[in-house]
Order: sequence, then structure tokens, then C-alpha cells
Amino acid sequence: MTEVLKLQNLSKAFPVGKRLFGAPKGTVHAVQPLDLSVQQGETLGIVGESGCGKSTLARMLVGLIPPTTGSIEIDGKPLDNADPAVFGRRIQYVFQDPISSLNPRKTIRQVMEAPLKRLHGMDKAQRDRRISEIFDSVNLREEFMERYPHEFSGGQAQRIGIARALAAEAKILILDEPVSALDVSVQAQVLNLLADLKAKLGLTYLFISHDLAVVEAVSDRVAVLYFGSVVEVGKAEDIFRAPRHPYTRLLAESAPVVGRPLAAPEGRETELPDPLNPPQGCAFRARCPFAQGDCAAAPPPLAPPEGHRVACYHPLN
Amino acid sequence: MKKFFQLLLRNRLAAAGGVAICFVVILALITPLLPLQAPNVTNTANRFQPVFAEGHLLGTDHLGRDMLSRLLWGTRLSLAVGFSAAIFAAFFGAAIGIVAGYFGGRTDNVIMRGVDMLMAFPYILLALAIVAALGPGLVNALIAVAAVNVPFFARNIRGVTVGIAHKEFVDAARLAGLSDTRIILTEILPNVVPVIVIAMSTTIGWMILETAGLSFLGLGSQPPQADLGSMLGEARSALITNPHTSVVPGVMILIIVMGINLLGDGVRDALDPRLRSGALTRPMAATVVQRKGAVPAPHAGGVLTMTDLETQFHVGPRIYKAVNKVSLNVAPGECLGVIGESGSGKSVTALSVMGLVASPPGVIVGGSIRYKDEELIGARYTTLRRFRGDRVAYIFQDPLATLHPLYKVGDQLVEAIRVHHPVSRAEAWKRAVELLKQVRIPNAENRASTYPHEMSGGMRQRVGIAMALANDPDVIIADEPTTALDVTVQAQILSLLDDLRRERGLAIVFITHDFGVVGQLCDRVAVMYAGRIVEEGPTDAVLAAPAHPYTRRLIACVPELGEGRRRLEAIPGLPPAVDRLEPGCAFAARCTKKEAACVTREIELARAGPRAVRCLYPETDLSREAAE
Amino acid sequence: MTGYILKRLVSAIPVLLGITVIVFLIMAMIPGDPATAILGSYATPENVEKLNRDLGLDQPLVARYFIWLGNMLTGDFGRSFALNRPVIDEVLDRFSATLVLAGTAFILCAVFGIIAGVVSAARQYGFADKAITFAVLLGISVPSFFLGMMMILIFAVKLRWLPVSGMFAIYGGGDLPDLLNHLIMPALALAVVATGVVARLSRSAMLEVLRQDFIRTARAKGVGERDVVWRHALKAAMVSIIPVLGIQAGFVLSGAVYIEMVFQWPGVGRMLVDAILKRDILLVQGGVVFVAACYVLFNIAVDVAQSLLDPRIKT
Repeated sequence: MTEVLKLQNLSKAFPVGKRLFGAPKGTVHAVQPLDLSVQQGETLGIVGESGCGKSTLARMLVGLIPPTTGSIEIDGKPLDNADPAVFGRRIQYVFQDPISSLNPRKTIRQVMEAPLKRLHGMDKAQRDRRISEIFDSVNLREEFMERYPHEFSGGQAQRIGIARALAAEAKILILDEPVSALDVSVQAQVLNLLADLKAKLGLTYLFISHDLAVVEAVSDRVAVLYFGSVVEVGKAEDIFRAPRHPYTRLLAESAPVVGRPLAAPEGRETELPDPLNPPQGCAFRARCPFAQGDCAAAPPPLAPPEGHRVACYHPLN
Repeated sequence: MKKFFQLLLRNRLAAAGGVAICFVVILALITPLLPLQAPNVTNTANRFQPVFAEGHLLGTDHLGRDMLSRLLWGTRLSLAVGFSAAIFAAFFGAAIGIVAGYFGGRTDNVIMRGVDMLMAFPYILLALAIVAALGPGLVNALIAVAAVNVPFFARNIRGVTVGIAHKEFVDAARLAGLSDTRIILTEILPNVVPVIVIAMSTTIGWMILETAGLSFLGLGSQPPQADLGSMLGEARSALITNPHTSVVPGVMILIIVMGINLLGDGVRDALDPRLRSGALTRPMAATVVQRKGAVPAPHAGGVLTMTDLETQFHVGPRIYKAVNKVSLNVAPGECLGVIGESGSGKSVTALSVMGLVASPPGVIVGGSIRYKDEELIGARYTTLRRFRGDRVAYIFQDPLATLHPLYKVGDQLVEAIRVHHPVSRAEAWKRAVELLKQVRIPNAENRASTYPHEMSGGMRQRVGIAMALANDPDVIIADEPTTALDVTVQAQILSLLDDLRRERGLAIVFITHDFGVVGQLCDRVAVMYAGRIVEEGPTDAVLAAPAHPYTRRLIACVPELGEGRRRLEAIPGLPPAVDRLEPGCAFAARCTKKEAACVTREIELARAGPRAVRCLYPETDLSREAAE
Repeated sequence: MTGYILKRLVSAIPVLLGITVIVFLIMAMIPGDPATAILGSYATPENVEKLNRDLGLDQPLVARYFIWLGNMLTGDFGRSFALNRPVIDEVLDRFSATLVLAGTAFILCAVFGIIAGVVSAARQYGFADKAITFAVLLGISVPSFFLGMMMILIFAVKLRWLPVSGMFAIYGGGDLPDLLNHLIMPALALAVVATGVVARLSRSAMLEVLRQDFIRTARAKGVGERDVVWRHALKAAMVSIIPVLGIQAGFVLSGAVYIEMVFQWPGVGRMLVDAILKRDILLVQGGVVFVAACYVLFNIAVDVAQSLLDPRIKT
């Protein structure tokens, strides 16, 4: 297996309370420095709750926002230029809200042609042929081409969004909550389509979601994000069944499962830490039932370097 | 485009304004061709002729000039100046606004500081200063009026552009390799143009007024040439002796500006998507009831019983049957889950109970809803109001949107109590703090004095629950109360609701789309599809052996944690639109067991013991199951 | 709160400086030479040169700006040559008259505009809504100067209820009833347009708010419809109405110029128009800067009112 995507020390900090002159009042570290690698043909799931930095991470990966530190390597070549057009040919993005990711005043054909023209410089005939090919592969009828986005249901619009991402011919797709705006019966259609495309075209996915069950169903490996840091990475079949980080366990126990009795997995009524005023040491320790003195010293590193990795001084077994 | 004109013409006032303004514009255009007297030739012997004087239809002015001729030439001039000012202002304002809004950051900051600076003047001071510098004259007045309007356009267009520039389709265009210029031209501009047109159509009348105003002050058109404003200005000294010289140009300005404003409002209404969909209508205090048939007898007992409830949305000629003969009941201490996808009618069912479906367009057209022995459909508003929040309380989905942003949470709880109980404020406040403690909000005394935006989503939803509990209701209707929350917070809220129901013997109607939640919380579940209940029964039985094909396949297509990586069993197709329902089973088109009989007639909800299913070929034989 | 007010006052300083720069630059565009304009075309070159020196016009542009600014900061706005009187004295006299007129009109437009807007929204598509909508349309379409003239014709000339013009009666006036008598027509004529605008925006702000989820929550609690509209909805709608009131204050101040002309009201607007026609540059400059500065301060008051209403604004 080859490593197609490698993130090293990647982080993003946003200044808060910008002033016209002088330094901003504070910074929010939306993504703490992190290292991750994705293998060719793999689906890496990324889960986390709102505010954990998963969307910021996704937008950095496609060059929509420049990282504060660190580097992104695709196929061993660094992408240090934050120009989305350079990124566009190598890594593409599927948006959460399928309707708002389509310009309401463009026909589907116009939407589809943009990447073919701008990224690959195809002529009209080539473009038409390519669009038919892609439409075929995502089960869209060609008669949709002259219609406008508002004429489509959420599921169809999301197929169009996927088709557009495919048009760039990037081998890596960032799927940012691709099904959370869809109804459950349509979710499954789109998830299956994504699985088929991956097998057929040899794609690599980064699948971002807040829904543990969906992530588990589609991923090879899963990374759990908490407060801007990866707290655990492991095989999808292991990570929720036998979590090693207390936060992963909390997530897994909170997910409603038929037949499991209702119990608040957390006794205390806790809230997320304040991003402007981050806690010392492990960000989870205030909520953690296993927290000890050493947790407050420094943020625990992600270890071991390979396999099932966890950022905890007292991991579960 | 065709739709736009249809909408415009449907609005009678706008059409009248359009006709008036077209008439005036045509008149102004053909003025040079009309057999009019020369507008600027004085004849003092003939001054102040009254209206309908011979040879002078509208009389003459203080220099004996023909009023009709001057009026038409003046109109021509006023329109030309007003339109040009509007076009200049719109062009420069929009250009500045788009650049500032799209690029943001420092560019935006510098430009908008400048715009703020210009808007810090009462606009006429700026116009007067410009005229003072350039000297009086019509062209200078035009420049002044256009210049003072540029900041208004710039600010307006910038706001819209910022909104569009943050839309995902702009990011998508960037990823498709489009340059900034191209994004502005092909992605931003087409979406901003309607706003520019709206802004122009609503300000053009005002600009005509302003140029007329400057001319009125003697700073615009200079004698002998006259626009409508300077005609009024010249006539002012003869106002008392010869009012017609003032009235004629004044009425003309009024007609022009009113026509433009009427037309402009019509254009705005036709272009604004929110107005087009009728969203800007005020929901009434209670849902409109237009019951056609008799009140059905309650189908079952329970603290809350709905029988054959029918709620529809009447939008133009379309009728959406959102809730189609739904019967449900809930007993004290029981939790009834209502599950369905979006558009299945589950929320509308819930909101119908206390008449909270927005009307227009919502109408309850039939059925019965009983709280104990009291019929709620068609009940007087005062009766409904007495029950609302006191006997039947609601918890809604998005706790940030459902709490008033400008009142402290304690005050919102106090209000909920005092609406129904005549207690003092201090006492109600004490009770409010007590309620916050009961929903396990830490530090309740201080939290009562905070505003909703200062709380996290989970805390806000606790406040929502506390508000529902304020008057110890018998029934709580929870409309997707945890959908907007994170999974760890959802678990806390669900267990809180479960405890409360057991402690207080509350009846809960829980609306959700999540089988996991239903499985953990609800005693019974009703599954809705396209406005109808397709299956109902004890939760365990339904989840273990679903009878309706839809229920079975819906359960199968939702991944559940712990099942590992797998291919999902998708349901092909989409739910039907509820304004075009075919006869028979609504799920037939997506169903693998469909037979001809499924779509020929209505299918009854067949009851067998505690369970019921609306299917001719159920997955589980309920009568046999009941017999066992 | 005091901190917030101070912060807003400090942030107004660059705006005020910007205003002086804009006014100065516009006035510097005046073609020809002001001294000639003042002294007339028959003036001797020596006199022109002397006046130029006295006015500081022989200095470069930037230096002239700072001299002018420095003088203004010490309260010296220069001297009006046409009136032969310090600019600041004239402006203060005239501005107080404008303040009476515009202030009254502003209060009228705020009160009636908001009430009309709320009633209109609460009775959407009912008779009251249609009547108000039509009245508002008429109000925003009629030129205020024409309306003023028609009012004079009807109420002063035909019915003889009210005085034709001026601020006080020439003989025996000067007390408050006399002032009010003279104020009614101009204040009403001035308020009409702004009332229309405020009513329109209040109506749409109310309609926007009335469909919000928290209104449904209030109804679900059992709150009566009158409280829903006048407390829950209006309070939330005020968040968007208050900035409109701030802008409308500028419009009322602007409209006052026309009304002062029509009713011979001795206000600052009429002074400015006269000064422009007489090319009394220093009076125009001083008047514009002074009124604009007052308007900036007023808008700070509006911001403070907004922050008192809306806890989401960080103070």
C-alpha cells in the first residue's frame, strides 16, 4: 500500500477580535498540530462533535484556507501553494449542503463544465463526452443537464455534487458530512454510490461525519477528533467496539442503539472547554472519569506511531 | 423571466403603477413630436391664465408660458435626470459593494470605512456641499444625487455579496479552478443582479424626488429651462394667488413617483424568493380550522387522542395533504414515538394539537383532537390558550431559535408560569430557578440571569425542557428535541426526559427520525409516510418484526453502531409529493412487493391487538402474532 | 456601559476627522479663487492678494486643512462675509431652530411609524393593513415641499387655522403656544415621508420576526396574542428598527432643508442654501461640518440604545 495523503504537523489558528491596527485579542486553535496519513484506496473516517475542528481540517486539505503550520503531501509531493486550482486536480471536496453548493443561477451543465474547462482545458466535444461518462457513473440522467439546482431533491443534488468532484479527476475526495443533510432513506443511496465509485475508480476518501454509525459503516480506519486534536486512530471495526480513549468510549456509549437501555453515560452535566481559554494538558480531562494528576501537565501524545494510536496517558484496554 | 412578468401582473397595484409610469414615459419620449407651444417663450401679458383657458389647457405661469408644454418638457427632464442618477449610483455602488464584499479583509475594511464616512453625513449636506463646489446646475445636481446614493448601494450590495461569497458554491467554483474575476462575473454577479434591480426600483422614485428637490431650492436646473422641481420652486411665490402653477407640477411629481414606487414594490415582490413563496406572511394566533365533515368520535381513550386528523397546506391552487387522517393516542406516563422522514407529516401532526401550524398556509380540515374530554379542533382561541403550556407543553428542535434572544432565560420561565398562574414575580422567579435545577442545570441561580446566546446547545435545550415543565403539564410534545444536538449531549437530554416522565407520570409524544432514539425512549411507536400512519405498535414488537415494508426497509437502510462495515440496503426513489398523491399505498412506487391491488383503492389501517399496519401484504402476520 | 460609550466616542474621532477632510476636499474643488468671489470681479489685485493671505489661501492644501482644523478645534469656524458675523454664532442660532423642527418631526415619525408598522403587520392583509400600506405609499411618494405648500394653501390660506410661515409671530409672539402653532404644519410635512419609511420597515421587520420559532414558543406557552405582538415580536423587531431610525434621523434633517424653505423657518438648511447661492464658502463649510458632527453624535446614541436592547452586542 502506498501513502497518497500525508499531513505533517498541520494546524490552523484563527485570530479572534481582529483590530484594524495591532495584534488580535486572542487566537483559537481550531486544529492543533496533527499528523495523519491515508493509504491508497482507503477510506479514513473522521468523527467528532460540533466545534472539534473537522470542517476546518477539511477546508485546509483542499486549499480553501491556508494552514497556519505544517504541510500536506499528495503522492509524496508537497502542496505548499494555497491555490485551490492547484489542489483541485489532486484533491476534491464534496460539500455538506448539496443545494447551497450549486449556484442557483447556473444549469447543471454549466456547473459540470467549469472544472473540465478550467482544470483540464478540454474543448467542447471532449467535455460533452466526459460529462456523459460521469453522469452515467453516478446514475444521473442526461436530461438533467439543462435544469437548475432548485429542481432537484437533496439526494439528486448530492449526486451532482459528487459528479462535479469526479470531473476534476482528483484521486482523493474529501467528503464533508456528505449525507447529513439527507433523509435516511436517501442517505443509503448516496453512501452506496460512493462505495461503488471508489471501487470502480480507485479513489481514496476522507469521510467526515458526526454520525458514528455511518462512519463505521463506510470506513477502513477512523480518526476521532476532540477539541482540535486527534485523540484516537484505529481500524473501524475496533475503534467503537473496543475504544482505548475515554472520549471515544463516551461517544460510542452515547450513540442511541436499539435495544440498549437509556443511561446518561456521563454523570456530570459537562460542557466543552472554552476555545479562547484552553485547558492545560489533556483537553478532555475535565470530563474524564479516569483523569489523574499527570493529565494536567501536558497534552498526551498520539502513540504508538503505527497501528491503533491513542492520545491518552491512561488508555482503556 | 415569463414567471417574473406573470407575478408582476398578478399584482394589480404594481400593474397600475406600471401602466401609469409607461404612460408618462411615452409622453415624455414623444414630447418633441407633439404640437406644443414653445416652453420657454415668455408672454407677460398673458400671465397666470387659469386651467382650461383658451389655448392653454393647463393655463400659464408667472411669465405667461404655457404650463402644459412646460410640464411635459419638465417631466422629460426630470425623468432623464432621475433615471441617470439611479443608474450611476447603482453601477458605482454595486461595483464598490461587490469588490468589498467578495475580497473581504483589509480591502473591505478600507472601502467600508470610507462608505461609513460618507454615510455619516445627513445626505443632503453632502449633496449641498457638492453643488456648492460645482456650482448650481442640473448636471451638477445629478452628480450630487448620484454621489450621495453610491454609499447606500455599496453597503446594501456588499452585505448581499458577503452572504453569497460565503456560500459553498463559491468554494466549489474555486476548487473547479475559476479565478477571482471569473467567480465575481459568473458566480457572484448573477446572484447579485436581482438585488441591484430591487434596490434600484425602490430608490429611483426617491432619486427623482431628490433632484426635483435640489431644483426646487434653485440649485438644479437653471432658468429658463425647467424641470418639475424648478417649476414648483418658481411657482412658490405665487402659491396663494395662483395655486394652479404649483399644483400642476406637484401632482405630476406625485404621479411619477407613486407609479414608480408601486411598480418597484411589485418588482421587489416578484424577484424576492421569500416573498414569492409566500413565506413573509404572518402566522395567525391559531391554525385556521375549516372542518368539512362531522366531528369523529374519539377512536381510543388516553389523555390526548387524535382521531382522523387532517391538516393541509393551501398554497395557491395546490393542496398539500401534510397530515392525512391520522389517529393517535397517548396515555398518562406513556411515551409515544412518531417516526418518519422529512415531509412525512410528523411535525405537522404534533403542531396541530395546539393549533400551532402556521396559518396561512396551514388549515385543519377535519378530525378530532381531544385533551381528556375537551375537543381542541375548532375550540375558541381562549380555550386553546388556556391549555397551551399549561396542560399540553411543547419542546422544539433548535433551542437557539426557539428561545427569545433578548429576554433572560429566567424571565422567559417566569412568563411561562405567570401566563397561567397569578403569582408574584419574585415567587415565579424562585420557581424558575427551581425548574432549572430540576433539569440539572449547574449553578441555576446565576444561569437564570443569562441570555440564551450565552449558553451551550445542551443547556439551552434544558431550558426548553424546564419551560415545558413550568406548569406541570399532563402532555409534553417533543418535536425532534435532540436533532440539533451532539451525540453526547443528546444522550444526556434523553435520559433527563426519561427520568422526568417516570417521576411525574407525563405523557410524551416524541417526534423523531431516529430509530435508535425511539428504541431507547418510547413505549409505542407510530411510523408515518407521506402524511399517513403506516404502522403502529409497541416499540419492541415493531422494531423486532416490522410489519410494513417501509418500516422494515427504513430500519435496514440506517446503519447502526456495532454492525461494522457493510453495504446498506437503500430504498430506491423518493417519497411522493403530498400534493399529488395517487390512490392507494403511497409507498407502492418504491415497494418490491407491490401488486395491482395496492394502487386501486385506499388501504385501511388494519388493527390486530396492540399493533396496526396499513398494508395488503404485510411482512408479519399481525393477527396470528396477536393470537399467539 | 460607560466603557462602551467612551469606546464609541473614541471611535467617532476618525469619522469626524474624515468628515472634515471630505468637506475640505469638496470645497477645495471650487473653481476660481474665493477671494475674487468674495470681493467681486472689480476688486484690485492687491486686495485679492491681501484677502488670500488673510484667508490663508496662499498656503499649500495640506497646511490650509490643518490651519482650518486647528481653528475649528478652538471654536473658530471663521467669519461669514455675507452676514459679517462669526460662522459659529450663526450656525448655532440656526441649528437650534432646525433642532426644534427636525426633533419634533423625528419623534412623530418614530412613534407613528412604529405603531403603524406593527398594526399593519399584525393585521396583515386586513383592512387596517391595506389602509396603512396605501397611506404609506402616498406618504413616501409625495415631495415634502409640495405637501408643505398644499398644507399652507389649505390650513393657512383657506381655513385660516394656522399661520402661513415663520417660527414666531412677528408681533406679540415668542411664547410656547405661538411656537407650537407655527410648528404643527412644518413638523407634520417633514414627518410624513420618514413616517412612511419607518412604517414600511417596521412592518417587514415585524413580519420577519413573527414567523420566527421563538414566537411559536411564546404561543406554545400560552402567551396572549397582544403580548406576542407588542412584547415578544416588537422587542425583537426593534433590533432592526433602531438602525433605521438612526438613518431616518439623517433623512429628517435633510428634508428640513426643503421644509425650511417652504415655511420660511429660520433654520440651518435655509442658511446653507442661501450661503451656497451667495458663495459664502466658510459658512457652508462650517455649517456642514457642525451639522454632520451632531449627526455622528446622534448615531452614537442610537448605537448605545441598540446595545441596551440587544445583549448579543458586546459592550
